[in-house]
Amino acid sequence: MTEGMRGWPRADGRKGIRNVVAVAYLVECAHHVAREIAMVDRMSAHVIGFPGCFPNPYAQRMMERLCTHPNVGAVLLVSLGCESFDRYALERTVAGSGRPVRTLVIQNDGGTRATIAEGRDWVAARAAEHAVAPTVPMAVSELVVGTVCGGSDGTSGITGNPAAGLAFDRLVAEGATCIFEETGELIGCEEIMAARAATPELAEELRRSVEKAARYYATLGYGSFAAGNADGGLTTIEEKSLGAYMKSGQSRISGLIKPGDIPPRGGLYLMDVVPDGEVRFGFPNISDNAEIVEMMASGAHCTLFVTGRGSVVGSALAPVIKIAANPHMYRRLSEDMDINAGRVLEGTASLAEVGAEIYDKVLAVAAGVPSASEGLGHQEFILTYKSFEPIGPSCLPV
Amino acid sequence: MTETDPRLLLLSPGDNVYVLRAAIEAGEEIAVEGARLRLPQRLGIGHKLARRAIPAGAKVVKYGAPIGSASADIAPGAHVHLHNLQSDYTATHSLEAARAAFETAQGERKA
Repeated sequence: MTEGMRGWPRADGRKGIRNVVAVAYLVECAHHVAREIAMVDRMSAHVIGFPGCFPNPYAQRMMERLCTHPNVGAVLLVSLGCESFDRYALERTVAGSGRPVRTLVIQNDGGTRATIAEGRDWVAARAAEHAVAPTVPMAVSELVVGTVCGGSDGTSGITGNPAAGLAFDRLVAEGATCIFEETGELIGCEEIMAARAATPELAEELRRSVEKAARYYATLGYGSFAAGNADGGLTTIEEKSLGAYMKSGQSRISGLIKPGDIPPRGGLYLMDVVPDGEVRFGFPNISDNAEIVEMMASGAHCTLFVTGRGSVVGSALAPVIKIAANPHMYRRLSEDMDINAGRVLEGTASLAEVGAEIYDKVLAVAAGVPSASEGLGHQEFILTYKSFEPIGPSCLPV
Repeated sequence: MTETDPRLLLLSPGDNVYVLRAAIEAGEEIAVEGARLRLPQRLGIGHKLARRAIPAGAKVVKYGAPIGSASADIAPGAHVHLHNLQSDYTATHSLEAARAAFETAQGERKA
Protein backbone atom coordinates (compact mmCIF):
# COMPACT_ATOMS: atom_id res chain seq x y z
CA MET A 1 0.00 0.00 0.00
CA THR A 2 1.39 3.39 -0.95
CA GLU A 3 1.22 6.17 1.59
CA GLY A 4 -1.31 8.72 0.48
CA MET A 5 -2.81 6.85 -2.45
CA ARG A 6 -6.58 6.71 -2.07
CA GLY A 7 -9.29 6.13 -4.61
CA TRP A 8 -13.02 6.56 -5.08
CA PRO A 9 -14.56 3.06 -4.97
CA ARG A 10 -16.87 1.99 -7.82
CA ALA A 11 -19.46 -0.78 -7.88
CA ASP A 12 -17.39 -2.89 -10.33
CA GLY A 13 -14.50 -3.05 -7.85
CA ARG A 14 -12.27 -0.56 -9.62
CA LYS A 15 -11.20 2.67 -7.95
CA GLY A 16 -10.86 6.16 -9.40
CA ILE A 17 -7.90 8.50 -8.83
CA ARG A 18 -10.17 11.43 -9.78
CA ASN A 19 -13.91 11.97 -9.32
CA VAL A 20 -15.11 13.74 -12.43
CA VAL A 21 -18.59 14.59 -13.74
CA ALA A 22 -18.55 13.57 -17.41
CA VAL A 23 -20.67 15.77 -19.68
CA ALA A 24 -21.11 13.73 -22.86
CA TYR A 25 -22.45 15.07 -26.15
CA LEU A 26 -23.88 12.35 -28.36
CA VAL A 27 -23.50 14.18 -31.67
CA GLU A 28 -21.52 17.29 -32.67
CA CYS A 29 -24.81 19.23 -32.76
CA ALA A 30 -24.94 18.96 -28.95
CA HIS A 31 -21.27 19.86 -28.39
CA HIS A 32 -21.76 23.57 -27.75
CA VAL A 33 -24.46 22.97 -25.16
CA ALA A 34 -22.29 20.35 -23.42
CA ARG A 35 -19.29 22.69 -23.36
CA GLU A 36 -21.37 25.53 -21.92
CA ILE A 37 -22.76 23.24 -19.23
CA ALA A 38 -19.28 22.11 -18.17
CA MET A 39 -18.13 25.75 -17.88
CA VAL A 40 -20.04 25.93 -14.58
CA ASP A 41 -17.17 24.01 -12.98
CA ARG A 42 -14.26 23.47 -15.37
CA MET A 43 -12.15 21.43 -12.98
CA SER A 44 -14.89 18.98 -11.94
CA ALA A 45 -16.88 18.68 -15.19
CA HIS A 46 -15.11 17.26 -18.25
CA VAL A 47 -16.56 17.21 -21.77
CA ILE A 48 -16.36 14.02 -23.82
CA GLY A 49 -18.47 12.94 -26.77
CA PHE A 50 -18.91 11.46 -30.20
CA PRO A 51 -19.44 13.86 -33.11
CA GLY A 52 -20.96 11.50 -35.69
CA CYS A 53 -24.65 11.25 -36.55
CA PHE A 54 -24.37 7.77 -38.10
CA PRO A 55 -24.35 4.79 -35.74
CA ASN A 56 -21.07 2.99 -35.01
CA PRO A 57 -20.77 0.03 -32.59
CA TYR A 58 -17.16 0.97 -31.76
CA ALA A 59 -18.15 4.50 -30.74
CA GLN A 60 -21.11 3.20 -28.73
CA ARG A 61 -18.85 0.80 -26.83
CA MET A 62 -16.18 3.45 -26.31
CA MET A 63 -18.72 5.89 -24.86
CA GLU A 64 -20.07 3.18 -22.54
CA ARG A 65 -16.55 2.39 -21.32
CA LEU A 66 -15.63 6.06 -20.90
CA CYS A 67 -18.82 6.94 -19.01
CA THR A 68 -18.09 4.07 -16.60
CA HIS A 69 -14.35 4.85 -16.33
CA PRO A 70 -13.16 4.60 -12.71
CA ASN A 71 -12.30 8.33 -12.64
CA VAL A 72 -15.94 9.20 -13.51
CA GLY A 73 -18.41 9.65 -10.65
CA ALA A 74 -21.50 10.91 -12.51
CA VAL A 75 -22.59 11.36 -16.12
CA LEU A 76 -24.74 13.93 -17.89
CA LEU A 77 -25.68 12.91 -21.44
CA VAL A 78 -26.49 15.72 -23.87
CA SER A 79 -28.43 14.68 -26.94
CA LEU A 80 -29.76 16.86 -29.73
CA GLY A 81 -32.62 14.40 -30.12
CA CYS A 82 -32.53 13.20 -33.71
CA GLU A 83 -29.04 11.63 -33.87
CA SER A 84 -28.54 7.88 -34.32
CA PHE A 85 -26.51 7.33 -31.16
CA ASP A 86 -28.31 4.90 -28.82
CA ARG A 87 -28.65 7.15 -25.79
CA TYR A 88 -31.04 4.69 -24.13
CA ALA A 89 -28.44 1.93 -24.04
CA LEU A 90 -25.77 4.34 -22.80
CA GLU A 91 -27.98 5.66 -20.00
CA ARG A 92 -28.87 2.07 -18.98
CA THR A 93 -25.19 1.08 -18.86
CA VAL A 94 -24.25 4.07 -16.72
CA ALA A 95 -27.18 3.57 -14.36
CA GLY A 96 -26.26 -0.13 -14.10
CA SER A 97 -22.77 0.90 -12.96
CA GLY A 98 -24.26 2.63 -9.91
CA ARG A 99 -23.46 6.17 -11.09
CA PRO A 100 -25.90 9.07 -11.10
CA VAL A 101 -26.91 9.71 -14.73
CA ARG A 102 -29.24 12.14 -16.45
CA THR A 103 -30.03 12.64 -20.14
CA LEU A 104 -30.94 16.05 -21.53
CA VAL A 105 -32.46 16.21 -25.01
CA ILE A 106 -32.10 19.69 -26.47
CA GLN A 107 -35.07 19.28 -28.83
CA ASN A 108 -37.34 18.34 -25.91
CA ASP A 109 -35.88 20.45 -23.15
CA GLY A 110 -36.44 23.97 -24.48
CA GLY A 111 -33.41 24.55 -26.72
CA THR A 112 -29.95 25.85 -26.04
CA ARG A 113 -30.44 28.24 -23.14
CA ALA A 114 -32.85 26.12 -21.10
CA THR A 115 -30.78 22.95 -21.57
CA ILE A 116 -27.60 24.71 -20.47
CA ALA A 117 -29.32 26.04 -17.34
CA GLU A 118 -30.74 22.65 -16.42
CA GLY A 119 -27.45 20.90 -17.13
CA ARG A 120 -25.47 23.34 -15.02
CA ASP A 121 -27.77 22.82 -12.04
CA TRP A 122 -27.35 19.05 -12.32
CA VAL A 123 -23.56 19.22 -12.70
CA ALA A 124 -23.16 21.66 -9.79
CA ALA A 125 -25.23 19.37 -7.53
CA ARG A 126 -23.08 16.32 -8.46
CA ALA A 127 -19.83 18.27 -7.99
CA ALA A 128 -21.00 19.26 -4.49
CA GLU A 129 -21.67 15.58 -3.68
CA HIS A 130 -18.25 14.61 -5.07
CA ALA A 131 -16.54 17.14 -2.81
CA VAL A 132 -17.55 15.09 0.24
CA ALA A 133 -17.52 11.59 -1.31
CA PRO A 134 -15.54 9.08 0.77
CA THR A 135 -12.31 7.52 -0.53
CA VAL A 136 -10.61 4.22 0.34
CA PRO A 137 -6.95 3.15 0.32
CA MET A 138 -5.63 2.13 -3.07
CA ALA A 139 -2.62 -0.05 -3.94
CA VAL A 140 -0.17 0.23 -6.84
CA SER A 141 -1.47 -3.13 -8.08
CA GLU A 142 -4.88 -1.50 -8.65
CA LEU A 143 -3.47 1.08 -11.05
CA VAL A 144 -3.90 0.91 -14.81
CA VAL A 145 -1.32 3.05 -16.64
CA GLY A 146 -1.17 3.66 -20.38
CA THR A 147 1.67 5.01 -22.44
CA VAL A 148 1.75 6.84 -25.75
CA CYS A 149 4.32 8.93 -27.53
CA GLY A 150 3.69 11.91 -29.76
CA GLY A 151 5.62 14.65 -31.43
CA SER A 152 8.53 12.19 -31.47
CA ASP A 153 12.04 13.07 -32.58
CA GLY A 154 15.47 11.44 -32.58
CA THR A 155 15.69 11.80 -28.78
CA SER A 156 12.38 10.06 -27.91
CA GLY A 157 13.68 6.55 -28.45
CA ILE A 158 16.89 7.03 -26.48
CA THR A 159 15.72 8.99 -23.41
CA GLY A 160 11.98 9.34 -22.67
CA ASN A 161 10.75 6.06 -24.11
CA PRO A 162 13.32 3.75 -22.45
CA ALA A 163 12.87 5.67 -19.16
CA ALA A 164 9.10 5.17 -19.40
CA GLY A 165 9.85 1.49 -20.09
CA LEU A 166 11.82 1.27 -16.83
CA ALA A 167 8.89 2.81 -14.93
CA PHE A 168 6.60 0.26 -16.63
CA ASP A 169 8.88 -2.60 -15.57
CA ARG A 170 8.62 -1.54 -11.94
CA LEU A 171 4.84 -1.00 -12.07
CA VAL A 172 4.31 -4.41 -13.71
CA ALA A 173 6.58 -6.06 -11.11
CA GLU A 174 4.37 -4.56 -8.40
CA GLY A 175 1.21 -5.96 -9.97
CA ALA A 176 -0.08 -2.94 -11.86
CA THR A 177 -1.60 -3.11 -15.33
CA CYS A 178 0.38 -1.33 -18.04
CA ILE A 179 -0.74 -0.81 -21.63
CA PHE A 180 1.40 0.27 -24.58
CA GLU A 181 0.46 0.95 -28.20
CA GLU A 182 0.30 1.47 -31.13
CA THR A 183 0.72 -1.27 -33.66
CA GLY A 184 1.25 1.19 -36.53
CA GLU A 185 4.32 2.40 -34.64
CA LEU A 186 5.69 -1.07 -33.99
CA ILE A 187 6.31 -1.84 -37.65
CA GLY A 188 9.69 -3.51 -37.85
CA CYS A 189 9.59 -4.61 -34.17
CA GLU A 190 7.22 -7.56 -34.62
CA GLU A 191 9.81 -10.31 -34.16
CA ILE A 192 11.60 -8.90 -31.11
CA MET A 193 8.23 -8.15 -29.54
CA ALA A 194 6.76 -11.58 -30.28
CA ALA A 195 9.72 -13.16 -28.48
CA ARG A 196 8.45 -11.56 -25.24
CA ALA A 197 4.93 -13.02 -25.44
CA ALA A 198 3.69 -15.18 -22.56
CA THR A 199 2.60 -17.95 -24.95
CA PRO A 200 3.43 -18.96 -28.56
CA GLU A 201 -0.22 -18.35 -29.51
CA LEU A 202 -0.02 -14.78 -28.16
CA ALA A 203 3.26 -14.31 -30.05
CA GLU A 204 1.41 -15.15 -33.26
CA GLU A 205 -1.39 -12.68 -32.40
CA LEU A 206 1.19 -9.92 -31.73
CA ARG A 207 2.89 -10.59 -35.06
CA ARG A 208 -0.44 -10.57 -36.91
CA SER A 209 -1.50 -7.27 -35.31
CA VAL A 210 1.63 -5.52 -36.62
CA GLU A 211 1.25 -7.12 -40.07
CA LYS A 212 -2.31 -5.80 -40.14
CA ALA A 213 -1.06 -2.31 -39.26
CA ALA A 214 1.60 -2.42 -41.99
CA ARG A 215 -1.05 -3.44 -44.57
CA TYR A 216 -3.47 -0.79 -43.37
CA TYR A 217 -0.97 2.07 -43.54
CA ALA A 218 0.37 0.82 -46.90
CA THR A 219 -3.18 1.13 -48.28
CA LEU A 220 -3.48 4.65 -46.91
CA GLY A 221 -0.12 5.58 -48.44
CA TYR A 222 1.26 7.18 -45.29
CA GLY A 223 2.94 5.67 -42.26
CA SER A 224 2.20 6.84 -38.73
CA PHE A 225 4.82 9.51 -39.24
CA ALA A 226 4.39 13.29 -39.14
CA ALA A 227 6.54 15.90 -40.88
CA GLY A 228 7.92 17.07 -37.52
CA ASN A 229 9.31 13.59 -36.84
CA ALA A 230 11.65 14.05 -39.82
CA ASP A 231 12.70 17.54 -38.67
CA GLY A 232 13.70 15.94 -35.39
CA GLY A 233 16.03 13.47 -37.10
CA LEU A 234 13.76 10.45 -37.57
CA THR A 235 13.88 9.11 -41.12
CA THR A 236 11.69 6.00 -41.42
CA ILE A 237 8.69 4.40 -39.72
CA GLU A 238 10.87 1.46 -38.62
CA GLU A 239 13.22 3.87 -36.86
CA LYS A 240 10.35 5.67 -35.16
CA SER A 241 8.87 2.28 -34.23
CA LEU A 242 12.02 0.98 -32.54
CA GLY A 243 12.08 4.14 -30.44
CA ALA A 244 8.38 3.83 -29.60
CA TYR A 245 8.83 0.16 -28.72
CA MET A 246 11.25 1.16 -25.93
CA LYS A 247 8.23 2.41 -23.94
CA SER A 248 7.18 -1.18 -23.34
CA GLY A 249 10.20 -1.96 -21.14
CA GLN A 250 11.42 -5.52 -20.66
CA SER A 251 8.50 -7.30 -18.98
CA ARG A 252 6.85 -10.36 -20.41
CA ILE A 253 3.85 -9.40 -22.57
CA SER A 254 0.70 -10.82 -20.95
CA GLY A 255 -1.89 -9.99 -23.57
CA LEU A 256 -3.17 -8.18 -26.62
CA ILE A 257 -6.25 -5.98 -26.24
CA LYS A 258 -8.30 -3.73 -28.48
CA PRO A 259 -9.72 -0.35 -27.41
CA GLY A 260 -12.34 -0.85 -24.71
CA ASP A 261 -11.13 -4.31 -23.65
CA ILE A 262 -10.31 -4.17 -19.96
CA PRO A 263 -7.27 -6.28 -18.97
CA PRO A 264 -8.43 -9.02 -16.58
CA ARG A 265 -5.39 -8.68 -14.26
CA GLY A 266 -2.04 -6.97 -13.83
CA GLY A 267 0.71 -7.27 -16.42
CA LEU A 268 1.87 -5.70 -19.64
CA TYR A 269 -0.57 -5.48 -22.57
CA LEU A 270 -0.25 -4.31 -26.15
CA MET A 271 -3.22 -2.37 -27.49
CA ASP A 272 -4.05 -3.04 -31.14
CA VAL A 273 -5.53 0.25 -32.34
CA VAL A 274 -5.73 -0.52 -36.07
CA PRO A 275 -9.27 -1.37 -37.27
CA ASP A 276 -10.10 -4.83 -38.61
CA GLY A 277 -11.31 -5.59 -42.10
CA GLU A 278 -10.96 -3.39 -45.17
CA VAL A 279 -9.85 0.23 -44.80
CA ARG A 280 -13.10 2.07 -44.12
CA PHE A 281 -13.03 5.22 -42.02
CA GLY A 282 -9.58 6.61 -42.79
CA PHE A 283 -6.55 6.86 -40.55
CA PRO A 284 -6.73 4.66 -37.45
CA ASN A 285 -5.92 7.47 -35.01
CA ILE A 286 -5.99 10.93 -36.49
CA SER A 287 -3.99 12.51 -33.64
CA ASP A 288 -2.47 11.61 -30.27
CA ASN A 289 -5.58 12.20 -28.17
CA ALA A 290 -7.42 9.43 -30.02
CA GLU A 291 -4.88 7.03 -28.51
CA ILE A 292 -5.21 8.51 -25.04
CA VAL A 293 -8.99 8.08 -25.30
CA GLU A 294 -8.52 4.43 -26.24
CA MET A 295 -6.21 3.91 -23.25
CA MET A 296 -8.91 5.39 -21.01
CA ALA A 297 -11.58 3.16 -22.57
CA SER A 298 -9.47 0.20 -21.45
CA GLY A 299 -9.37 1.60 -17.94
CA ALA A 300 -6.14 3.64 -17.80
CA HIS A 301 -6.19 5.89 -14.72
CA CYS A 302 -3.45 8.04 -16.22
CA THR A 303 -1.27 8.02 -19.32
CA LEU A 304 2.46 8.58 -19.76
CA PHE A 305 3.10 10.73 -22.82
CA VAL A 306 6.67 10.90 -24.11
CA THR A 307 7.38 13.78 -26.48
CA GLY A 308 10.49 15.07 -28.23
CA ARG A 309 9.11 17.93 -30.33
CA GLY A 310 6.91 19.08 -27.47
CA SER A 311 3.23 18.11 -27.38
CA VAL A 312 1.22 20.14 -24.87
CA VAL A 313 -2.01 18.10 -24.77
CA GLY A 314 -3.69 16.65 -21.72
CA SER A 315 -6.97 14.79 -21.57
CA ALA A 316 -10.47 14.83 -20.19
CA LEU A 317 -11.14 12.26 -17.42
CA ALA A 318 -7.62 10.93 -16.79
CA PRO A 319 -4.40 12.86 -16.15
CA VAL A 320 -1.61 12.83 -18.74
CA ILE A 321 2.00 12.85 -17.49
CA LYS A 322 4.37 14.59 -19.91
CA ILE A 323 7.88 13.24 -20.32
CA ALA A 324 10.19 15.53 -22.30
CA ALA A 325 12.73 13.49 -24.28
CA ASN A 326 14.57 16.47 -25.77
CA PRO A 327 16.45 18.75 -23.33
CA HIS A 328 16.21 21.83 -25.60
CA MET A 329 12.45 21.44 -25.93
CA TYR A 330 12.20 21.00 -22.15
CA ARG A 331 13.77 24.41 -21.62
CA ARG A 332 11.31 26.01 -24.05
CA LEU A 333 8.23 24.23 -22.68
CA SER A 334 9.17 23.37 -19.10
CA GLU A 335 5.81 24.53 -17.72
CA ASP A 336 4.06 21.96 -19.91
CA MET A 337 6.33 19.07 -18.91
CA ASP A 338 6.34 16.85 -15.82
CA ILE A 339 9.69 15.10 -16.36
CA ASN A 340 12.91 16.10 -18.15
CA ALA A 341 14.30 12.87 -19.60
CA GLY A 342 16.57 14.95 -21.86
CA ARG A 343 19.02 15.13 -18.96
CA VAL A 344 20.17 11.65 -20.00
CA LEU A 345 21.69 13.15 -23.17
CA GLU A 346 23.38 15.93 -21.23
CA GLY A 347 24.90 13.47 -18.78
CA THR A 348 23.15 14.92 -15.71
CA ALA A 349 20.90 11.92 -15.01
CA SER A 350 20.89 8.23 -15.82
CA LEU A 351 18.01 6.39 -17.48
CA ALA A 352 17.46 4.55 -14.17
CA GLU A 353 17.12 7.86 -12.31
CA VAL A 354 14.62 9.24 -14.80
CA GLY A 355 12.71 5.93 -14.74
CA ALA A 356 12.44 6.17 -10.95
CA GLU A 357 11.29 9.78 -11.25
CA ILE A 358 8.52 8.73 -13.66
CA TYR A 359 7.42 5.97 -11.29
CA ASP A 360 7.27 8.45 -8.38
CA LYS A 361 5.33 10.92 -10.53
CA VAL A 362 2.72 8.26 -11.40
CA LEU A 363 2.16 7.59 -7.71
CA ALA A 364 2.02 11.30 -6.86
CA VAL A 365 -0.50 12.01 -9.64
CA ALA A 366 -2.52 8.97 -8.56
CA ALA A 367 -2.52 10.40 -5.03
CA GLY A 368 -4.09 13.61 -6.33
CA VAL A 369 -1.25 15.93 -7.35
CA PRO A 370 -2.25 17.55 -10.69
CA SER A 371 0.00 16.76 -13.64
CA ALA A 372 1.36 19.73 -15.64
CA SER A 373 -1.27 19.52 -18.40
CA GLU A 374 -4.02 18.93 -15.84
CA GLY A 375 -3.01 22.03 -13.89
CA LEU A 376 -3.03 24.06 -17.10
CA GLY A 377 -6.62 22.96 -17.76
CA HIS A 378 -5.95 20.74 -20.78
CA GLN A 379 -8.94 18.47 -21.34
CA GLU A 380 -8.62 17.42 -24.98
CA PHE A 381 -10.84 14.63 -26.27
CA ILE A 382 -11.44 13.05 -29.66
CA LEU A 383 -13.39 10.00 -30.80
CA THR A 384 -13.92 8.98 -34.42
CA TYR A 385 -15.38 6.10 -36.43
CA LYS A 386 -13.67 2.70 -36.37
CA SER A 387 -14.60 -0.96 -36.63
CA PHE A 388 -13.13 -3.92 -34.78
CA GLU A 389 -13.70 -7.63 -34.49
CA PRO A 390 -13.36 -9.14 -30.99
CA ILE A 391 -9.87 -10.27 -29.91
CA GLY A 392 -8.92 -13.92 -30.44
CA PRO A 393 -9.00 -16.58 -27.68
CA SER A 394 -5.21 -16.53 -27.18
CA CYS A 395 -4.99 -12.80 -26.53
CA LEU A 396 -5.71 -12.72 -22.80
CA PRO A 397 -3.90 -14.52 -19.96
CA VAL A 398 -5.79 -17.58 -18.67
CA MET B 1 38.93 1.96 -29.65
CA THR B 2 39.64 4.72 -32.16
CA GLU B 3 38.66 8.25 -31.24
CA THR B 4 35.06 9.41 -31.75
CA ASP B 5 33.48 12.75 -30.77
CA PRO B 6 31.70 12.37 -27.39
CA ARG B 7 28.56 13.95 -28.88
CA LEU B 8 28.14 10.85 -31.05
CA LEU B 9 26.19 8.10 -29.34
CA LEU B 10 26.43 4.47 -30.43
CA LEU B 11 23.19 2.79 -29.33
CA SER B 12 24.16 -0.80 -30.13
CA PRO B 13 27.53 -2.38 -31.06
CA GLY B 14 26.33 -3.55 -34.50
CA ASP B 15 24.94 -0.15 -35.56
CA ASN B 16 26.32 1.58 -38.65
CA VAL B 17 25.02 5.01 -37.55
CA TYR B 18 25.69 7.26 -34.59
CA VAL B 19 23.01 9.47 -32.96
CA LEU B 20 23.84 13.07 -32.01
CA ARG B 21 23.37 13.71 -28.30
CA ALA B 22 23.92 17.44 -28.95
CA ALA B 23 23.98 19.65 -32.05
CA ILE B 24 27.16 19.95 -34.15
CA GLU B 25 27.71 23.20 -36.03
CA ALA B 26 28.50 23.54 -39.75
CA GLY B 27 32.24 23.54 -40.42
CA GLU B 28 33.12 21.98 -37.09
CA GLU B 29 35.83 19.32 -37.25
CA ILE B 30 34.86 16.09 -35.54
CA ALA B 31 36.40 12.65 -35.06
CA VAL B 32 34.50 9.58 -36.27
CA GLU B 33 36.29 6.33 -35.40
CA GLY B 34 39.68 7.96 -35.74
CA ALA B 35 38.97 9.79 -39.02
CA ARG B 36 38.67 13.59 -38.85
CA LEU B 37 36.08 15.35 -40.97
CA ARG B 38 34.17 18.62 -41.28
CA LEU B 39 30.38 18.81 -41.33
CA PRO B 40 29.07 20.73 -44.36
CA GLN B 41 25.89 21.72 -42.46
CA ARG B 42 24.63 22.01 -38.90
CA LEU B 43 23.10 18.80 -37.52
CA GLY B 44 20.59 18.92 -34.67
CA ILE B 45 20.19 16.70 -31.64
CA GLY B 46 18.74 13.28 -32.45
CA HIS B 47 20.01 13.23 -36.05
CA LYS B 48 22.14 10.39 -37.43
CA LEU B 49 25.62 10.24 -38.92
CA ALA B 50 27.21 7.28 -40.74
CA ARG B 51 29.72 5.32 -38.67
CA ARG B 52 31.28 3.78 -41.77
CA ALA B 53 30.58 3.59 -45.53
CA ILE B 54 27.12 2.23 -46.28
CA PRO B 55 26.58 1.18 -49.93
CA ALA B 56 23.25 1.89 -51.67
CA GLY B 57 20.79 -0.91 -50.95
CA ALA B 58 22.44 -1.96 -47.66
CA LYS B 59 20.48 -1.91 -44.40
CA VAL B 60 20.96 1.03 -42.08
CA VAL B 61 21.15 -0.37 -38.54
CA LYS B 62 20.24 1.53 -35.33
CA TYR B 63 19.29 0.05 -31.92
CA GLY B 64 20.81 -3.12 -33.39
CA ALA B 65 17.90 -3.42 -35.84
CA PRO B 66 17.36 -2.34 -39.47
CA ILE B 67 15.58 1.00 -39.85
CA GLY B 68 15.46 0.92 -43.68
CA SER B 69 17.80 0.71 -46.69
CA ALA B 70 20.32 3.20 -48.03
CA SER B 71 18.93 4.81 -51.19
CA ALA B 72 22.41 6.11 -52.19
CA ASP B 73 26.00 5.37 -51.25
CA ILE B 74 26.66 6.92 -47.84
CA ALA B 75 30.19 8.08 -46.93
CA PRO B 76 31.58 7.69 -43.41
CA GLY B 77 30.55 10.70 -41.29
CA ALA B 78 27.75 11.75 -43.68
CA HIS B 79 24.33 12.83 -42.42
CA VAL B 80 21.90 9.89 -42.75
CA HIS B 81 18.36 11.08 -43.37
CA LEU B 82 15.59 11.37 -45.97
CA HIS B 83 18.03 11.98 -48.87
CA ASN B 84 19.88 8.66 -48.48
CA LEU B 85 17.69 6.36 -46.36
CA GLN B 86 14.29 4.93 -47.17
CA SER B 87 11.79 2.78 -45.29
CA ASP B 88 11.37 -0.88 -46.21
CA TYR B 89 7.67 -0.49 -45.25
CA THR B 90 5.95 2.82 -46.08
CA ALA B 91 7.44 5.98 -47.59
CA THR B 92 8.09 8.91 -45.29
CA HIS B 93 6.13 12.14 -45.62
CA SER B 94 7.93 15.37 -44.77
CA LEU B 95 7.46 19.09 -45.38
CA GLU B 96 11.06 19.57 -46.58
CA ALA B 97 10.15 20.29 -50.23
CA ALA B 98 7.27 22.60 -49.21
CA ARG B 99 9.50 24.49 -46.79
CA ALA B 100 12.33 24.86 -49.33
CA ALA B 101 9.90 26.26 -51.91
CA PHE B 102 8.42 28.65 -49.33
CA GLU B 103 11.85 29.89 -48.22
CA THR B 104 13.00 30.35 -51.85
CA ALA B 105 9.87 32.42 -52.60
CA GLN B 106 10.42 34.50 -49.46
CA GLY B 107 14.05 35.08 -50.45
CA GLU B 108 12.93 36.29 -53.88
CA ARG B 109 10.39 38.67 -52.31
CA LYS B 110 13.05 40.14 -50.02
CA ALA B 111 15.58 40.49 -52.86
